[in-house]
Amino acid sequence: MMDVGRHPNIKLLTNSKVEAIKGYVGNFDVKVLKKTRYVDETQCTACGDCAEVCPVVVPDAYQQGLSSRKAIYIPFPQAVPSASLIDMESCLGTNPIACGKCADKCDKKCIDYDAKDETIEFKVGTVIVATGMDVFDPVILEEYGYTKHENVVTSMEFERLLSAGGPSDGHFIRPTDRQRPKTVGFVQCVGSRCEKIGKPYCSNICCMNTIKDTLLLKDHYPDIQAKVFYIDIRAFGKGFEDLFKRSKEAGVQYIRGIPGEITEDPKSRNLKVMVEDTTSNKIEEHEFDMMVLSVGVTPRLDMPEVQQLLTLSKTPDGFFMEAHPKLKPVDAPSTGIYFAGCAEAPKDVKDSVTQASAAAARAETLLSAGKVKLEAITSTLDTALCRYCATCSRVCPYGAFTVDPKKKTISYIDALCKGCGTCAAECRFGALTMKHFTDEQIVTQIDAHLAEDPGEKVIVFACNWCSYAGADTCGGARLQYPPNQRLIRTMCSGRVDEKFVLHAFRKGAPMVVVSGCHYVDCHYIDANRWTQKRVEKLWDKFEKWGIRPERLLLEWISAAEGQRFQKTMQDIEELRKKVTKEEIEQTVKILTEEEEKDKAKAKKKQADSPTKKKS
Amino acid sequence: MPQDDLKIGVFICECGTNIAGSVDVDSVVANAKKTGNVVYSTKSRYMCSEPGQAEIKKAIKEEKLDRVIIAACSPRMHEPTFRECVASVGMNPYLVDMANIREQCSWVHMGNREAATKKAKDIMKAYVARARYLQPQEEKEIPVERATLIIGGGIAGMQSALDLADAGYQVYLVEKEPSLGGLMSKLAKTYPTMDCAI
Repeated sequence: MMDVGRHPNIKLLTNSKVEAIKGYVGNFDVKVLKKTRYVDETQCTACGDCAEVCPVVVPDAYQQGLSSRKAIYIPFPQAVPSASLIDMESCLGTNPIACGKCADKCDKKCIDYDAKDETIEFKVGTVIVATGMDVFDPVILEEYGYTKHENVVTSMEFERLLSAGGPSDGHFIRPTDRQRPKTVGFVQCVGSRCEKIGKPYCSNICCMNTIKDTLLLKDHYPDIQAKVFYIDIRAFGKGFEDLFKRSKEAGVQYIRGIPGEITEDPKSRNLKVMVEDTTSNKIEEHEFDMMVLSVGVTPRLDMPEVQQLLTLSKTPDGFFMEAHPKLKPVDAPSTGIYFAGCAEAPKDVKDSVTQASAAAARAETLLSAGKVKLEAITSTLDTALCRYCATCSRVCPYGAFTVDPKKKTISYIDALCKGCGTCAAECRFGALTMKHFTDEQIVTQIDAHLAEDPGEKVIVFACNWCSYAGADTCGGARLQYPPNQRLIRTMCSGRVDEKFVLHAFRKGAPMVVVSGCHYVDCHYIDANRWTQKRVEKLWDKFEKWGIRPERLLLEWISAAEGQRFQKTMQDIEELRKKVTKEEIEQTVKILTEEEEKDKAKAKKKQADSPTKKKS
Repeated sequence: MPQDDLKIGVFICECGTNIAGSVDVDSVVANAKKTGNVVYSTKSRYMCSEPGQAEIKKAIKEEKLDRVIIAACSPRMHEPTFRECVASVGMNPYLVDMANIREQCSWVHMGNREAATKKAKDIMKAYVARARYLQPQEEKEIPVERATLIIGGGIAGMQSALDLADAGYQVYLVEKEPSLGGLMSKLAKTYPTMDCAI
């Protein structure tokens, strides 16, 4: 912490908030609001004289509310920067007549009640998101009586009670009678691996944290009896099993089973639990002086703020989503943004440090090169055709578009575009063109494939990263399938415009397949969500027009799923055989008529509306 | 609009017997020669090999080719190879395209030479049709400001900051709370070393 505070290359902005980030890789303009401390941090010596005279006493958040602090305070003894600040919400007032004791006491005259917040602006090339996590609040799990029974504490409160710098100066006591407990019970997975409260994931750190806690207890007080209630003990890291073994050898009892309820003896204030030990299948009763809820890790409540600033995505667990779960675990989907620590997923100190160094190295790759090559295959915008409907800004996974439908303005930053082509597929006015995968290029491929014997062929749209790669994997494994499918490659399934599908059917294709990455695997964050919506819309239209929707398939096939690709192609061939010549002719007729109707409608609309002035 | 005056070259790879084993490569070459805008077509045992690439470069220069189609393996395998190959003789790398007749044709229709050949021709023709719409593309390069913003001053943010600052880069470390340390600073001890967190 000290090293960071005094490093000449680090500008440390505490008590601060990033207000705005504009731009793209290599060129981000950042605006930070530095809230005033009301104490000049460059002059303050952290002598603490001011806090001594401060008459206001409030709960100390650093000590989990187990002790108190003053309105002017130092967050904790080792804080960096080592300087006091005033909590203006509880300060008696900036009016010196109301109080002003601290300003009078301060010899160096560091305190200024009228100090103002400051806005700082600067430019950076890369961003590292290390926003951390929140700790699960067990209040909603009423069965554990966290709000009813004072001697039930969370693992974070337990940390403070055990700390030499804690509210009890390192003397381990229980809240009700301030006596040292003789028996302590730990309940694992509180707020983790629990579907009913929407926390199905493992928090990663709680098993080892409890093992550590039991070892500390046993080290300090060998006579204390400690029991741990668990589902599984996950001691998977380097040296972890050894710690688990040591804890058991020190006499800590591990019981496989989670108590259903914690009740309190009103007289002794002791806690009682009933639990089924699933190793012996016996119901047991246990009594403790104190119980610790081993609380899990949750995404930060204020995550949406940072998410919006940088157009990031979240996984179903609520943590930030990386560019690829296996191959790019540190990168955000947008170039130049990286993750470190629990913002991306729950992890312990060692893993956080590892990912932080990895994030620094990833950022350095760009910083040391001093330049970055942009994606060549991007969308282009023809503003003359734009009707400012804002569809593009809604579907773009990277926030490359900003549209104001009222003011009729659009801005597009092509440096943010990664080339999925969803915008071009969704734009109804032809204002967006996807380079290298233009409408003409794809339509001409369809025409070429269906020029001869169209009734025998199946048009398969495949995304570059997953389903096209899955077809390659299938080939690599020499998995055979009928030779009637014709693949058309796009970078993302999001590029597959409904007009491509209709064109293929109009040209006499018996079947069309749209294939892409599985939902969470999409290489363009969630562009394939729009693929699904588009195909669903087409199914509805087919239903209305009397075309069998089963002839249009939507398949998610990953790069590794060669067998799935083979099976899909085999199944499709069976379906294709059932499509008769008459059915195809009927479809061609319906779709040609629909196309004519659309053309007539468009013509009428154009005739009715006043001519658009070209600027 | 398609460009109708383009000169397209089509190069079919035998890939040893990987493609030639299931596809009648000669008939694909003959078919290519009859396809619109194709002024040159040939086959090679291994198109990606040095002699194969030399043949492509020679044809681009001698036949003044505007677009090149390589019917061979997956573009996921050798697209970078052929982009580099054509760029070395001055052609924009986005004017070469790969028609996948190995992973998605010869390898999956073994023992069905007739159907595989028919499919290989379709794939080749689809790419020739597409080639008429191909445009040169540019990979733009932009400068990178040599500074990093780190949001969060917990253990992760601090470690990233120190690594980058030690490497000589400017770091802006923004922390919401009045002190560095994050959640870790509230821990009494940390595993696996069982030492103090601060």
